[in-house]
Amino acid sequence: MAEKITVHDPRGYPPKVVGKRLANRPMSLDGKIVYLVDCLFDNSDAFIEQLRLWFAEHLPAVITRVIKPRESWVDDPDMRAKIAADGNAAIIGVGL
Amino acid sequence: MGLALALEQQGVPTIPVSTHVFARLAKATALAAGMPTIRNVFVPQPVVGRSPGELRAYIDGTDPVHKRPFMQGVIEGLTRPLDDEDLKGATFERSTPRLLPPDTEDNLRQLFIENHWTDFLPILLPTEERVEAMLKATKQPRERIVGRMRPTAFREAWEFDVEKVAVNSVMAGARPEYLPVVLAMASTGISARSSSTTSWATISLVNGPIRNELGMNAGIGAMGPYNLANATIGRAFALTSQNVQGGSVPGETYMGTLGNWLNYTACFAEAEERSPWTPFHVDHGFKATDSTVSVFFGGWYTHSGFGPRETWQDRFRRMLVATDFYSPPIIVMDPLVARAFVDLGFTKRSLIEWCAANAKLPARDYWDDQWTTTLLKPLAVAGVEPYATRLKAAPDDPIEIFTPDDINIVVTGGETQGGFRMLSGRYFGRGPGTSILGNNAPTVNIDAWR
Repeated sequence: MAEKITVHDPRGYPPKVVGKRLANRPMSLDGKIVYLVDCLFDNSDAFIEQLRLWFAEHLPAVITRVIKPRESWVDDPDMRAKIAADGNAAIIGVGL
Repeated sequence: MGLALALEQQGVPTIPVSTHVFARLAKATALAAGMPTIRNVFVPQPVVGRSPGELRAYIDGTDPVHKRPFMQGVIEGLTRPLDDEDLKGATFERSTPRLLPPDTEDNLRQLFIENHWTDFLPILLPTEERVEAMLKATKQPRERIVGRMRPTAFREAWEFDVEKVAVNSVMAGARPEYLPVVLAMASTGISARSSSTTSWATISLVNGPIRNELGMNAGIGAMGPYNLANATIGRAFALTSQNVQGGSVPGETYMGTLGNWLNYTACFAEAEERSPWTPFHVDHGFKATDSTVSVFFGGWYTHSGFGPRETWQDRFRRMLVATDFYSPPIIVMDPLVARAFVDLGFTKRSLIEWCAANAKLPARDYWDDQWTTTLLKPLAVAGVEPYATRLKAAPDDPIEIFTPDDINIVVTGGETQGGFRMLSGRYFGRGPGTSILGNNAPTVNIDAWR
């Protein structure tokens, strides 16, 4: 029988995961403000514009607003604050 | 995904749209953020290059992951009442044991392979004895936290200590005396296993007396597999990165579309004694007697040539504009090339300035690029220079695509030929996006880790 040996685990130390709840949902989006967040990836503006047009055609009672962060991949607290202050929902799209 | 998680916490129902190839990554990121029920929707890959009509077809079509109409997922995701799982999220502790349960060598080797803890080349198993021997090469306590690392900006960062770096250095086949170099590299927080779709690698440069102390090769084959220290220091940094950051698994924690052979190992030393110019670390504020390691983020493209010959200026111009502009070049020269440029009247700085002044493209070409559009154009719109000036240029106007601070020159090689390379390699901490991936200190004094 082959000898057993003890070796180290090579992995680092993951942070504790703390559960976070989702935000409460509205019953309907009618009359609500939905922010369409252009994440600034190549061609994401074209996708967001098509999404805006979809809402205008199919759910005209929904108020859509297009918004962009200052930089790609970098958190923009001011943008988030504006969405949280004015918006009822957000859709973020889309890269690559 | 990070933005969606943040908005949900601010009380805004949010739907992140991703392309279908990111489905596993999105699920893993949401779980690690404690919000596993976040309501993702997916469109087909790619979005880049698709016409408005094709993008509209994505919206009118089927979510390729959830197999339901895309907009049904959007509307339901924003309006469906929360259930118990949505309300509580997921709280859990994860731990990685210091030691694995005893097993046979064959079984442990298989375990390391199955868990993606190797680069699929043979490793030395990190036995307690080998790790203890490795740790003797530093005065740093084994439990000292070296830093935190993550595969990309919006992933969680994992913490790691001196012992974890020693464990991975053993696996790479490094000798104990190499450990301070690997610790210094890891302390940058820059991952040699970035999960970016662009298949980046890191390229590390060692300067100062430690090159000779360790017997590193800055001569013939300096950037090849011809020296134990060069090879295993680079590999140790790579294995450390993939394991201490929480993995480098395709589809989950690695998304590089082509992959990169430089991810196996990419560490070299400057031929300081045979260079006509000051060493790289001295150019960046260190003493010549300091031992340092500098980490560059790149490895995406390589151009090469000989010279400088009569037409070198045309050749350099062609090579410089054939780079990817988001990742400026490190120009690595054999000492023969560096001395020839000295004979032409150049200092290192004046040659860098020549390169920056002559790397010009029509603005249309510069901006017609996935990453200049994604990463640099928002800065240009916000008025950040030099990008704002580049954006103001007319489409046919030639613009300088690099600043002198973007470009670096390093001298190494065996003088068997006047060869040089231009390697993709942003000096970390300089340039958009790089500061969010590391600690903004890309050159580290190795002596502090002895």
